[in-house]
Amino acid sequence: MIAQMADWPLLTIITFLPAAGALLILLARSMQRGEDAGYDRGVRLLTLLVTLLTFAISLVAFAAFDPSLPGYQLVENVPWAFGAGYRMGVDSLAMTLVMLTTFLTPICILASWVIEKQVSSYMVLFLILETLMIGVFCAQDIILFYVFFEAGLIPMFILIGVWGGERRVYAAFKFFLYTLLGSILMLVAIVAMISIAGTSGIPELTAFAQQGGFSENIQIWLWLAFFASFAVKMPMWPVHTWLPDAHVEAPTAGSVVLAAILLKMGGYGFLRFSLPMFPDASAFFTPFVFVLSVVAIVWASLVAFRQVDMKKLIAYSSVAHMGFVTMGIFTGTIQGIQGAIFQMISHGIISGALFLCVGVVYDRAHTREIAFYGGLTHRMPVYAAIFLLFTMGNVGLPGTSGFPGEILTMVGAFQVNAWVAAAACLGIIFSAAYALTLYRKVAFGVIENPKLNTMTDIDAREWVQFVPLIIATLIFGFAPSLLLDYTAVSAQTIVEQFGRAAP
Amino acid sequence: MAFSPEVLIVLAPLLAAAFAGLLQKFIGDKVAMGVTTASVGLSLALSWPIFIGFVWGDETARVIELFRFIDVAGFSSTWSVRIDTLSAVMLVVVNTVSFLVHVYSIGYMAEDPHRARFFSYLSFFTFSMLALVTANDFLQLFFGWEGVGVASYLLIGFWFQKRSANDAAIKAFVTNRVGDFGFALGIMAIFFCYGSIQFDAVFEAAKASPGMLIGIDNFSAPAVEVIAVLLFIGAMGKSAQFFLHVWLPDAMEGPTPVSALIHAATMVTAGVFMVCRAGDLYHLAPFASAVVTVLGAVTALFAATVGLAQNDIKRVIAYSTCSQLGYMFFAAGVGAYDAAMFHLFTHAFFKALLFLGAGSVIHGMHHEQDMRFMGGVRKPMPITWAMMLIGTFALIGFGIPHVGGFAGFYSKDAIIEAAYASHAFGAQFAFWCGVGAALLTSFYSWRLAFMTFEGKFRPNPDAHHDDHGDADAHHHDKPADGAAPAHESPWIMLAPLFVLAAGAIAAGFIFYPYFLGEHADGFWRHVMPVEHGHHDFPEWVLWAPLIVTVTGFLFAVIFYLWKPAAPKAMAKGPVWAFLYNKWYFDEIYDFIFVKGARALGDLFWKVGDRKLIDGLGPDGVAASSRFVARQARKLQTGFVYHYSFLMLIAAVAFGAYAIYAGIGGGQ
Repeated sequence: MIAQMADWPLLTIITFLPAAGALLILLARSMQRGEDAGYDRGVRLLTLLVTLLTFAISLVAFAAFDPSLPGYQLVENVPWAFGAGYRMGVDSLAMTLVMLTTFLTPICILASWVIEKQVSSYMVLFLILETLMIGVFCAQDIILFYVFFEAGLIPMFILIGVWGGERRVYAAFKFFLYTLLGSILMLVAIVAMISIAGTSGIPELTAFAQQGGFSENIQIWLWLAFFASFAVKMPMWPVHTWLPDAHVEAPTAGSVVLAAILLKMGGYGFLRFSLPMFPDASAFFTPFVFVLSVVAIVWASLVAFRQVDMKKLIAYSSVAHMGFVTMGIFTGTIQGIQGAIFQMISHGIISGALFLCVGVVYDRAHTREIAFYGGLTHRMPVYAAIFLLFTMGNVGLPGTSGFPGEILTMVGAFQVNAWVAAAACLGIIFSAAYALTLYRKVAFGVIENPKLNTMTDIDAREWVQFVPLIIATLIFGFAPSLLLDYTAVSAQTIVEQFGRAAP
Repeated sequence: MAFSPEVLIVLAPLLAAAFAGLLQKFIGDKVAMGVTTASVGLSLALSWPIFIGFVWGDETARVIELFRFIDVAGFSSTWSVRIDTLSAVMLVVVNTVSFLVHVYSIGYMAEDPHRARFFSYLSFFTFSMLALVTANDFLQLFFGWEGVGVASYLLIGFWFQKRSANDAAIKAFVTNRVGDFGFALGIMAIFFCYGSIQFDAVFEAAKASPGMLIGIDNFSAPAVEVIAVLLFIGAMGKSAQFFLHVWLPDAMEGPTPVSALIHAATMVTAGVFMVCRAGDLYHLAPFASAVVTVLGAVTALFAATVGLAQNDIKRVIAYSTCSQLGYMFFAAGVGAYDAAMFHLFTHAFFKALLFLGAGSVIHGMHHEQDMRFMGGVRKPMPITWAMMLIGTFALIGFGIPHVGGFAGFYSKDAIIEAAYASHAFGAQFAFWCGVGAALLTSFYSWRLAFMTFEGKFRPNPDAHHDDHGDADAHHHDKPADGAAPAHESPWIMLAPLFVLAAGAIAAGFIFYPYFLGEHADGFWRHVMPVEHGHHDFPEWVLWAPLIVTVTGFLFAVIFYLWKPAAPKAMAKGPVWAFLYNKWYFDEIYDFIFVKGARALGDLFWKVGDRKLIDGLGPDGVAASSRFVARQARKLQTGFVYHYSFLMLIAAVAFGAYAIYAGIGGGQ
């Protein structure tokens, strides 16, 4: 049954199903007259159903995918002009990121239940965003990839700009400026690559590059152009300052998507393009990336320690955690790359959950200021327990999914340069300091702010949001092999591709 | 995945912790307490036969593997239960003390509204500790290591409304993380050098190439030395050794049963256990062993000096723990892993006894912990007094050479003798530190006993006992003349004391022949690289501990029974202030690390991110408002272009796909 379904254009269905849902909502809206609360509820439910269905179909694709085989599967190919085409396909790296996206989006929709302003527009944008995010990971044509990659900016930009907080315009502007800068350079590089290689297919480009098609000199320039885009997306130090502002102003679900999925596109880009296509340049720039990664870990952790806004603190901790990812990727070792992939997935789960945790109290008290809170355990014991679990995940405690990625990236780094591993290892001290201090200030102590006396513990909808994330955190914490085995072949392929770099 | 009783030993407390923790709202406190206590009781009942099998039977070392934890190209760890002499010793120590603490807590925490949570944490701790001691590779060891750290964090901060408790909890966790920094790097170095993290494989590889060098840039050093030092940094954090000891006294903010279980008998000994477990590495690493010896010896002496000047009954015992851990480390440092483990074993009994006894006093004294406001507690609490007395005799290691004595006599004297006999670097230094610390131990132990139990009751002038609202309790405890207004603790708290007291008396002479004496080879079965030979010591070495112990006792009698004015006068001097303030470690660390991190964080944030990066970057671009407006217009137009580009591509893609679908349908 599942084997037969593998012949269906599953990836296209998964990718465009949310967009189809968006279209449906738009159609319904065009027939809608006047205000109607029931209509908003219907839109929410429909969106939830669409995203759940997308997740269900992605599970089918997951089952149809054989992770023990190298190369791309579930491939679809429609030729178009100039050798470009509509081509989809995934390897196990992309498949896990697709799963992460389809898994988290329904949770985001649940978290968006509190949105009251222009519900249908919001949901339409969110569905389009999901289409574009999935598309990034499925695209097998570099132009198609670029379109998805850049177009994802637009719904996010609007989500922040319209449904965001007080300084939303500044944040959206900053977000856009940074990412646009990188993307223009990447577009130039893509055009150059196509003209040199004569193809826009990602597998063909990889094969071309692996045969030495791009000279080292050209690789350097191409690498830098791609790096500009991916480094901003990660975000790497020093182009990280858009992230805290974007997070602070974004609505809860926007933050979740931003942290959990959009940031992963940078890491995905490095793994899909930089390492396999420009191995010599990647090797050349490895020390540079190491320095930036380590600075990100130390710098962002220390800055996180001083934050007074919950979301900013978590945003800075994201920057630090992404430092482990970039470090792991550029070790070029199997442990480093496996760890980086694991860390991307784990960070998606844990940071997503942490932003949801902020959302829970924000929805009740309408502030993210840490000092406002304190003693929440008295009023919200269940919430406090959940928040504690994810705080520990953020700290990288063994037994949560936060641990394997960190240790593996460091194990990888140690083999290349022990000093880099040692510097990154400082992160495990700092993360404990900032995360536990945040937790103490929010959850422990006595309630001194009378406004907190009306806080209620999490409700059924919030339970449903958290339960899948709790399960995922613990399963990947105790049995990370489930995920590591799944991505092993892809990671090994990338290691070999990178390993062809001239010494 | 094989299921067996050994697996149940480890898992039972986890299941109970999850059950009690998740369902506490529905099952109530009594069920939660019952289930968790019973689960640890089960682990206890299953682990003693294993230990006895190693002592008198023919138990064999074995590993039960469950399922893979992590496996990436040789960096592989499997959830395992490793049973050998070393883990069997730890199993009985952990489960015995944990079970007794569970029982004791039923009485001690009787009035706490969050008992279910407390017991859930206790059982979770027990699980983590068991996972630690039964690990078969360094990664599971690290898992347990971090797990007990979290349990410790949660239990120190159990009274979460107290700011001081929360701060102590964070301090404990973060200080331990400093140690973990070394531990984690040690694991990386092990994998890098030996290609595995499984104990046996690592030890074999290390023995096969003892001269291996690890080179980083232009610097190279013997690999096994680097690894052993890094691992020891981890042990320093967990076992509160000099430099990283600062968290342990503050950890006394937690409920007293926690202090007995975690911060005396089990978790803090994990570092000693780890060094013994990796004995094959330390055996090859003379430099690292010397580091262990010297730091252990310094800790033994240093903590004892601070213990002299503390007034909080729990803090005295905490520094005592720190000091005794120092003994264990320098024993391991000079290669006497067996003596280290034996002291770990006996120490668990008498230190848990002292802590639970102190808890009984605190309970009876309505949460008074300051010994200056005690005195005369013997009369209302005679049983507690007797138990504390046994604990004190065991701690000071009272015993007569060639005859016998309390548990601590066998283990502590063995350590001191081992240091004397060793020719390793630092061993003589450790010997003298050990003797000196024995003198101080005796003094502060008797000081504690006298200040608490003897003399007249000294009420706290600032006390507001009525705040507690337990006026009834006061009514019952009408003090006799000069006696403290205390009451003896309930039987459920006293019973565990009896068991521990039995251990504090007898654990030494029963098990000495197996840990250290004539049956040692058969007992240990070469799990650690120790040669169990017989040494001949000069008589003075054998008698030295007894002599200093008696001397310490006499000084305590003079200062705290005969001339109580003398210590008060001394307490005004600078030496006392130096000791009372714990050599000012907290102040120095606060200035360098806490304030330093804050300042650096502010610098990176306000100057780095805001002024430099944002100032030159996006904000600089949008410097003036006019410019912003222009930018915004540009942005909008750019945005439209972008958008139309997307639309175009999307339309083409859709069109193309429609054709594809049409063709596909036709086939």
